[in-house]
Amino acid sequence: MAELVDYLIVSAILLAVGIYGLTVKRNFIRMLFAIEIIVNAANLNLVAFSRNLPTPNVTGQTLALFSIAIAAAEVAVGLALIIVAYRLYRAIDVKEFRSMSG
Amino acid sequence: MVDPAFIAVSVITIGSAVIALEFKEIIYGAIALAISLLGIAMYFVLLEATFVAMFQIAVYVGAVVVLVIFTIMLVRREAWMTVPEGKRKVMGIIIMFVTMFGLGAIFINSGLTAWHVPESSMTFVQIGDQMLTYYSPVLIAMALTLAASIIGALVLAKVDLGAKVNGGAG
Repeated sequence: MAELVDYLIVSAILLAVGIYGLTVKRNFIRMLFAIEIIVNAANLNLVAFSRNLPTPNVTGQTLALFSIAIAAAEVAVGLALIIVAYRLYRAIDVKEFRSMSG
Repeated sequence: MVDPAFIAVSVITIGSAVIALEFKEIIYGAIALAISLLGIAMYFVLLEATFVAMFQIAVYVGAVVVLVIFTIMLVRREAWMTVPEGKRKVMGIIIMFVTMFGLGAIFINSGLTAWHVPESSMTFVQIGDQMLTYYSPVLIAMALTLAASIIGALVLAKVDLGAKVNGGAG
């Protein structure tokens, strides 16, 4: 049985990979992948702590369920933004969207 | 002693996450992302949260990744093949390792290493009970948020035939 700290280290690694993706990538879809990885690292933390409380209860799992649903909504809006930006700029490189930065 | 299943799932999850960000063809990246999300679902099974694991597979692998793959197919092929890397790759790798080792050192030096997994009697019945009693306002708010976001996504992606579409690069 893996201990709590193992799950925490895995989620720290996933968070680091996601931050790397957000920093380096200029492809809009890849940045969305990185956000997904970070959200999943957070969910893993929630469920791991929920299992490892002194008296385990399901509150952390309930919060993880809400978090999963909100992340799905965020992806739907993000993909719609990609479609709109592609239609306007014919590109999914975030550097091409410079006119948005004012 | 960490059990072999945990190590196998870790390798699958973290390896596919890196492949999802680094593989040249983005469609394979999307499939690697699906495998990584399945790995997270396997962690949930190891943590005795089978209901959350089912939800994870249904929502992420069943909906989100399929939506991403459809978007990749809608965006024309050469557009995503030619996006160059940023100039900050070295900086990104440094930030990644600082985050990883910083958080890892904090976790290892905290008192959590001495923590042992307690006995548990959690069932998914309790999740349904909590969701429909104490957290029912949150459930309603989440339903409205989801509806609003889906309507927003539809409005954003709608082709407006009356408006003049700017075809240039900004």
